[in-house]
Amino acid sequence: MEEDVKLMKGNEALAHAAIRYGADGYFGYPITPQSEVLETLEEQMPWETTGMVVLQAESEVSSINMVYGGAASGKAVMTSSSSPGISLMQEGISYLAASDVPALVVNVMRGGPGLGTIQPSQADYFQATKGGGHGDYHMIVLAPATVQEMADFVTLGFDLAFKYRCVSMILADGIVGQMMEKVVLPPQRPRRTDEEIRQQCPWAITGKHGRKHRNICTSLEMESPKMEENNLRFQAVYDEIARNEVRFEQYYTEDAEYVIVAFGTVARICLKAIEEAREAGLKIGLVRPITLWPFPKQVLADLAKRVKGMLVVELNAGQMIEDVQLAVNCSIPVYHFGRMGGMIPNPTEVLDALKLHFNDIK
Amino acid sequence: MAKVAGAVTINSVQCKGCELCVVACPTDVLKLQPEEVNDRGYHFAFTANPDACIGCASCATVCPDACIEVYRVVNKS
Amino acid sequence: MKPEEIIKDENKIYARPRLLDLRHTHYCPGCSHGVVHRIIAELLDEMGLEDKSMGVAPVGCAVFAYNYIDVDWVEAAHGRAPAVATALHRLHPDHLVFTYQGDGDMAAIGTAESIHAANRGENIAMIFINNGIYGMTGGQMAPTTLLGMKTATTPYGRRADLNGYPLRITELMAQLDGTCYVTRQAVHTPAAVRKAKAAIKKAFENALAGKGTSIVEVVSTCNSGWKMSPAKSNEWMVQHMFERYPLGDLKNV
Repeated sequence: MEEDVKLMKGNEALAHAAIRYGADGYFGYPITPQSEVLETLEEQMPWETTGMVVLQAESEVSSINMVYGGAASGKAVMTSSSSPGISLMQEGISYLAASDVPALVVNVMRGGPGLGTIQPSQADYFQATKGGGHGDYHMIVLAPATVQEMADFVTLGFDLAFKYRCVSMILADGIVGQMMEKVVLPPQRPRRTDEEIRQQCPWAITGKHGRKHRNICTSLEMESPKMEENNLRFQAVYDEIARNEVRFEQYYTEDAEYVIVAFGTVARICLKAIEEAREAGLKIGLVRPITLWPFPKQVLADLAKRVKGMLVVELNAGQMIEDVQLAVNCSIPVYHFGRMGGMIPNPTEVLDALKLHFNDIK
Repeated sequence: MAKVAGAVTINSVQCKGCELCVVACPTDVLKLQPEEVNDRGYHFAFTANPDACIGCASCATVCPDACIEVYRVVNKS
Repeated sequence: MKPEEIIKDENKIYARPRLLDLRHTHYCPGCSHGVVHRIIAELLDEMGLEDKSMGVAPVGCAVFAYNYIDVDWVEAAHGRAPAVATALHRLHPDHLVFTYQGDGDMAAIGTAESIHAANRGENIAMIFINNGIYGMTGGQMAPTTLLGMKTATTPYGRRADLNGYPLRITELMAQLDGTCYVTRQAVHTPAAVRKAKAAIKKAFENALAGKGTSIVEVVSTCNSGWKMSPAKSNEWMVQHMFERYPLGDLKNV
């Protein structure tokens, strides 16, 4: 397949991108608002073309453990779900992280807690960036703002997962999952052959195939000194990721007096608000973290030296704001504006929130 | 008439003294050491009556620790 | 003949299997796991499957199976071995993928994964060790614990009104269209061990031939959990476990 320009939903773009990346397997369970991922894959029947395995599992618990099996064998495997389903996957994600295996997990967030709502949300920020499952681990968390990024982050997520042998999560809000936009789909990449996997992933569970020793994929270590060594190894990888993989965008920050920090589609709403503010002569800038973990601390710390305050806008009760406050070390005022339960703010509300907190914005 | 003669060796380091081989042996060849123990404290099995062994491998077949090896000779006379 | 005349390589008829590491296992003396591990190691060698096998270890006493049998292994989360095995086999269809699960793994926490893998007819072999108790965690009630049986969490004996009934998951699995071979075996006598080995061999052959899911339950002892000697445990198993869990093929198509 050549590069293609299409109009489609974020969830559909993600599914097409997975096939075109040359993913080996997708295992998932239906849940709104991301069921189009599995539906699109089943409709596309990639097992007939690229050989990609697609399977509807009996639960999210099963899905993530299928991902664990596939990932342990060096294959590029993924799952997608939405908030309650991702909660069910946390044990499996912890196992993936603890076993040094690469995988891609997609969360198209809906409002919670509990069964909550099927409408968009960003309330799983803490879950995604602070662990979620048990033990000390991190995932690389990518927050797409466009349908194009829903497609692009499949490649980025897999590439980073394999580079660091870690879990990548695409943390999308329900808006970008359901929204239709133009998207450029990349050309088809070939799936790796079993021979290539055995060469590139010498740790993989592939059958011994002449290897002298057996490979074991496990997260269990009964000897505490060795388990501490494992933890130190994980932390060293996380440090390397934090040094190398921070991604963000900034708009209008050169002369900004105030900065809005927002991720995902909320950043686009905020950008609209900023453009309106600029027309009124207000010097507002925007920072959009693309990697929520590792978090772009430095750019915010640098901006804090010259702006008067920050407003963090999220579809939650105030989660990323904690990382922003840590990044600026409370040197400037940082406020939060959030909507919850599937409510989405409009640009006017964002501007009103700025005016509420910062008296010199009129 | 063919006469079968057997013998077994027991890895006394691996043996955990579970006694399942003793129970399984049809000719009462095996016993557990009554006093002596191995490094891990188990009264390991030994061939108390080696001449009775017929090499049937029953002991090795039920051994959970795979510590018995079996030899057999068929004398045709 | 004297033993030293007999003990020669040319007369050797039984040796420790090549694919079973020579190391102490963590299993208690007399534990059935050891026998089942041994016959799996024998079969993987005899069937020439060393290079193309992937085992999936459970959580439970057999969690360290990967430390003993010399093929590639994945250690799954508790109950999820069939899900892990599903992906392994679908992504490596020309390989032997087998799970090794205890009663808690197969019939309690992993019931959904086990039944659905079998219902999909995944071409895997599932080895199911049923000793009616949770060995690793210290002898608590398992789904397969017999009525009246005392465990750490049923100290006065399992009661149906409080704890439900001993679950015959193997019978459930036999009802599923995806299973091709469902059998219940034991390893308490030499004859039983030979039959169990033949059953596991058939399960491996079925998986390789793509015939669907095979389940080999091995009714087993847990002499530490049962608080009996290994020999006494075998007797108790024959007297009590076999009544609820009778040996033999439940399905063979």
